[in-house]
Amino acid sequence: MEEKIRALKEQLEADAAAVRSKDELSAFWQKYLGKNGSVPALMKGLRDVPKEERPAAGKTINECKTWAEARYQQLSDEIERIELEARNKAEAVDITLPGTRREMGNLHPITLVKNQIVDVFAGMGFEIYEGPEIEDDDHNFTRLNVPKNHPARDMQDTFYVADDIVLRTQTSGGQIRVMDREKPPIKVLVPGRVFRSDSDATHSPMFHQMEGLVVDKGITLCDLQGMLDKFVQALFGEGVKTRLRPSYFPFTEPSVEVDVSCFECGGKGCPLCKHTGWIEVLGAGVVHHSVLENCGIDPKVYSGFAFGIGIERIAMLKYGINNIGLLFENDLRFLKQFKD
Amino acid sequence: MKVPFSWLKEYVDIDVTPEELERKLFSCGFEVEEVIHLGAEISRVVVGVVTEAVPQEGTHLHVCKVDCGEYGHDIQISTGAPNVYVGMHTPAALDGATLPGGIKIKAKPLMGVESNGMLCSGEELGLNDDLYPGAEVYGLLDLPKDTVPGADIVPVVGLDDCIFDISITANRADCQSVLGIAREVAAVLNKPLKMPAIDYATSDYRDPRLSITVEAPDLCPRYLGHYVRNITPGESPRWMKRHLALCGLRSISNVVDITNYVMLEIGQPMHAFDMSTLESCQIIVRRAHDGEKIVTLDGKEFTLNPNNLVICDGAKPVALAGVMGGLNSEITDKTTQLLFESAKFARDSIRKTSRSLGQSTDASSHYEKGVSEYTAELGMARALHLIQELGCGEITASAFDVSAGAPREGKHISATISGINSILGIQVPGDAIVDILTRLEFQVTRDGDRLEVVAPRYREDIEVGEPDLAEEVIREYGYEHIVPTFLKAATVTTGGLTPEQRRRAKVKQVLCAQGFYEAETLAFYADDDLDALHIAADAPERNVIRILNPISSNLTIMRPLLAPSMLNAAVINLKKGNASGRLFELSNIYIPKQNPVTELPEERLHLGFVAWGDEEDFFMVKGAVEALGEQFGLEFDYQRAAGTPWLHPGVSADILCQGKKIGSFGKLANDVTAELKLPKDSKSHQNIYLGEIDYVAFSELINPNLHYKPIPEFDIVSRDLALVADESVSCGDIVKEMRKACSYVGEIQLFDIYRGEQLGDGKKSMAFTLHFVPADKPLESAEVDRFVKKILGNLKYRLGIEIR
Repeated sequence: MEEKIRALKEQLEADAAAVRSKDELSAFWQKYLGKNGSVPALMKGLRDVPKEERPAAGKTINECKTWAEARYQQLSDEIERIELEARNKAEAVDITLPGTRREMGNLHPITLVKNQIVDVFAGMGFEIYEGPEIEDDDHNFTRLNVPKNHPARDMQDTFYVADDIVLRTQTSGGQIRVMDREKPPIKVLVPGRVFRSDSDATHSPMFHQMEGLVVDKGITLCDLQGMLDKFVQALFGEGVKTRLRPSYFPFTEPSVEVDVSCFECGGKGCPLCKHTGWIEVLGAGVVHHSVLENCGIDPKVYSGFAFGIGIERIAMLKYGINNIGLLFENDLRFLKQFKD
Repeated sequence: MKVPFSWLKEYVDIDVTPEELERKLFSCGFEVEEVIHLGAEISRVVVGVVTEAVPQEGTHLHVCKVDCGEYGHDIQISTGAPNVYVGMHTPAALDGATLPGGIKIKAKPLMGVESNGMLCSGEELGLNDDLYPGAEVYGLLDLPKDTVPGADIVPVVGLDDCIFDISITANRADCQSVLGIAREVAAVLNKPLKMPAIDYATSDYRDPRLSITVEAPDLCPRYLGHYVRNITPGESPRWMKRHLALCGLRSISNVVDITNYVMLEIGQPMHAFDMSTLESCQIIVRRAHDGEKIVTLDGKEFTLNPNNLVICDGAKPVALAGVMGGLNSEITDKTTQLLFESAKFARDSIRKTSRSLGQSTDASSHYEKGVSEYTAELGMARALHLIQELGCGEITASAFDVSAGAPREGKHISATISGINSILGIQVPGDAIVDILTRLEFQVTRDGDRLEVVAPRYREDIEVGEPDLAEEVIREYGYEHIVPTFLKAATVTTGGLTPEQRRRAKVKQVLCAQGFYEAETLAFYADDDLDALHIAADAPERNVIRILNPISSNLTIMRPLLAPSMLNAAVINLKKGNASGRLFELSNIYIPKQNPVTELPEERLHLGFVAWGDEEDFFMVKGAVEALGEQFGLEFDYQRAAGTPWLHPGVSADILCQGKKIGSFGKLANDVTAELKLPKDSKSHQNIYLGEIDYVAFSELINPNLHYKPIPEFDIVSRDLALVADESVSCGDIVKEMRKACSYVGEIQLFDIYRGEQLGDGKKSMAFTLHFVPADKPLESAEVDRFVKKILGNLKYRLGIEIR
C-alpha cells in the first residue's frame, strides 16, 4: 500500500505540473479525486488489506486524500491566478488614449472678475443691486451733483435715447436708487453695463463697472482705504497695498484715485506699471453731502464712501489682456482660456 | 495744460528739481503727464568761434577752423552757410553730436574735404525767432561775442528749460493758467507767491460815445471793457515772445500778444476789438437772432440762433462770445484804438455754442471749464499793465464794468477742526489745518475748534463746507497719513446674493456644463442685424429704442433680441476658422414703453445661445435645453416654432413650460444662412442653431420651495412597445396619448425609430420603454397588461397606430 501511495503521489505531482487551464484542472480532479479517481480507488482497495493492517492503511489513505485535496486546491488557486492575469492582460487599455467627454464651457472673463469682486464684498456684508441700464438724466447726473451745466458732463461722452434719458454712463446712479429705497446702514455693490461714446484699444462703447457704497454713522476716509486694501489683496494677492491720491468726481468729496502697488513687480517698476510701481485701478471718495441730501439722508448724522471699479480694466490687468476689443469679440480661442 | 518751468519760477522761488516738483504736484492732485525737456535731444553741441574760413574753390563751401575751447582749438569743419565769417560765435556740433529729431553728426569728408562736425543754424537746434532772436536767419546762428568757446550750447540758447504737461481735474478751472499752477506750487512748497504786476495809470481822456450793454446777464454775468487809444503797433519784447513760444504760440504783434499772454498767464481769455470798426461805438452782449450770421477771425461763416451769445456793435455781431472774434473787428497793424474785453460767460452756453458750431478755441475751452469774475478783473488789469509796460498805447479813463450783481467775495464756510478730522478719520493738528488753508489763500479765523473760513474768489469749486476743506487739507497734508481701518464704527450687515442672483449664476453653470462658453456682446446693433434675420418690418421686434447720437452706423438701436448678437458672434468665429462651438449670453433686451421714448423702457433678461459645427444637430441643442429645464425642476413641451422667421420652419421649436411659451430654438433658416457673409466652401456654415429664452418668464415658473419626495416603496414595472405609425404622427403626440390613457405612466423613453420596406411607404416604427409607477401598492403583472391594452387601444383609435 505504501508503495502504491508513493507511486500515486509521484504520478499526481507529475500531472499537476502539466495543468495549465481550468479544463485540465477539471480532468486532473476527475483522475485523482473524482468518483472513479485514483484516491477513492485506494479507499476501495482497502478491502484487500489484511484486517489488522486496515486502520493504519486507512489512516495513510486518508492522509493521502487530504494531501491530494490540498494539492488540488493549491493548483486551482494557481490556475485562477494565471487566468485572471491573462484576462487582465487581454483587457488592458492604452491609458494614454484621450478620455471621452462632453466639452464644458466656461464663464466670460468679465463674469469671472465680477464674481470674484462680488464674493469679496458679499463676505463683508454688501448686498448686490442692479439698476437700469437705460437711465434718466436725474439719476445718472443731476442727483449725483452733476447739474445740467456742470463741466463734469464733458468728462463722459453720453449716449442719449431721449432728451432726458441716457444709456447710463456710470453705475453711480445705482447709489441714488439704493438710497431712495433704503436708509443707513447701507452696504451695497452695483455691478453693471455702462455706455460711453468712445472706442479704441482701451475703450469700448459698452463696458462694465462696479459701484460700491457704504453709508452709516462715523464712516471715514480711513475706512475707505482699509476696505479697499482688503479688496485688492483678495483680488491681486496678499502683499498688495493701495495708495490714495487726490482726484475729482462730482459725487464725492474728498475724491481720490486709488492705485495698487504693482502685483507684477512688487513695486520695483516694470512695463505693466509703466515703471512707477503703481497701477491705477479705481476711483473713490467720501460721498458728497449734496448726494446724501438728494436722497433724504442727513449728512450731519450719516457719512459714507463710494468707489467705482472698471471691471474690464481689472480683467485686463489680471489676465494680461492688452486690447479691450478681445473681451467683446467672443473668439472661442480667447474665451476657452478662462478656466479660472 | 502746458506750463514752462522757467515761467513758474517767476512767481515762486522754486528750490527743487523739476522731478521733485513733479512728485509734489502729483501728491496734491496735479498729475504731470509729461515733463518735456527742451534741450534733451541735443548733445555735444558747443559754442564755437570761427578762426579761419577759407572758401573751397568750385563749391559753395567754406572750410573753417573752429575754436571749441576744451574740445579743440582748431577743429576743421566745412559749412555751406553763406553767413559764416571769421570771429563768428556759432553752435558747433562735434563728432558724435545729436540734434533734435534724432539727427547724428559724424566726422566725414564733405566734398572731399575733412569735416569734423557741423556748424548749426537756429532751426537745426529747434529754435525759432521767438525762442531766440535771430534763430530764423538763413545760415548759421550768430551768437553773442560774450559766449565762451566750448560751452554747452543748451543753456546758451535757453533750451535748459522744461515744460510741465499737467492734467487738471474738471473742478480746478482756476488752474488753467501759469499763475494758477504757480499758486499750487507756492502752497505745496510753502513759499510766497509773487503776483504779476497789475498796476496801471489811466489818462484823463474819456470817449463819451462809448457804451456797453449786456442784454443777456444770465449768459454773461460780468463784462469788463476798457478803451485804449494811440496804439503803436510793433513787436513784443523778447521775454514775452519767449513765454508765448514755450507754450506753443507764435508772436503776432504787441497788442495781440498781450491778449494771448494774459490768457496763458492769468487764465482769462481776452479779446480786443478795433474801435474804429465798432458801429456807433457801442457794445451789446445779447443772444443771436435766428439766422444771424458771423464770419470769425479764421474766415469761417456761421449761421446763429438764440442759443448763441454774440457781442455786437450798434449794428452787427462782432464776436462769437467766448469762442472767437469776428473778422470785421479784427486787430490789424493799422489799428490805432481798441476796446479790451475781459468777461465771464456762462460755461454751459459757451460749451453748447462751441459744440453745435464745431468751433473750439483756447478761449472756448477756458470758458467751458469756468472762468471766475476775479479772473476777469485780474486779466483786464494785467492786460492794461502790459500795455503800459510795453508803452504801446494810452489807457483811457473809459472803463466799463457790467455786472449781474454777484457778490465780490469768496465763499464763506463755518467749520470745525473736529468736523474736518471726522471726515478724514485721522487727527490733523489744528495748526496744520490753519497753515494749509492759509497757504492755499483761504482767510482763516480760528477760535478753538471753530474755524471761520473765506475761500479765495477764484475757487468757484468750493461749495459745501467741511468736505471741501477736508479735501484741501488732506491733499496738502498728504494721503500717506491716512491709516487704513476696517469699518470701525459701522453696523454689521448681512448682505450676500439674493436667491434670484444665485439662480442666474446657476443658469450660467448649467449652460457651461452643456459645452456653451459665455459670450459678452454689445447691447446695441443696427436695423441691418434685424434685416439679416428676416424680421418683418411690422414685427414687434421692430419696436426698438434708437440712440440719438450713435457712435457708428452699425450701433444705432438697443437690441430687442439677443439672436442677432449670437449669430454675429458665431459668424465672427467661423470667419476666424473656429469651425464649431457653442456660446451663450444672459443679458438684457430693451422694450420701449412708447416710441419715441419718454420714460424708462423695460429691460428684460434673455438667455441667448448659438451652436454651430458639423457635429451639431437639432437634438443635441434640444438636449441642452432639456438639461436647463431639468436642472431647475421644470419640464418643457415643444411645438413647431412660430413667429421666428430666422429659424428653419421644419427644424425649430417653441419651448413651452406650464403651457406658456418661454422661448424658441432651432436651425438657422436656409434663406438666412444663404445670406451670411461666409466663404462658400465652409461647410459648417450650413449648420448653425440659434435659441433664445425669455429668462424672466423661465425664472417665474421655477418653484423656489424644493421639497423631498419619498422614494417609491414599490418597484417600477417597465414594458417595451414597438409601434407602427404614419410618418405624420409625432413622437410628442404618441407620448401625450400614452399619458392620457394611463395615469400610472411615469417616464417614457423612445429608444428606436425604424423605417423600412416591410413597414410600407410613409410608415415608421417607434420603440418605447414605458415605466409604470405604482402608487400605494405593488403593480401586478396582469394589471400592467391591462394598462398596456388600454394604451394600445387609444393609440389605435386616436392615431391609427398598430403594435408591431
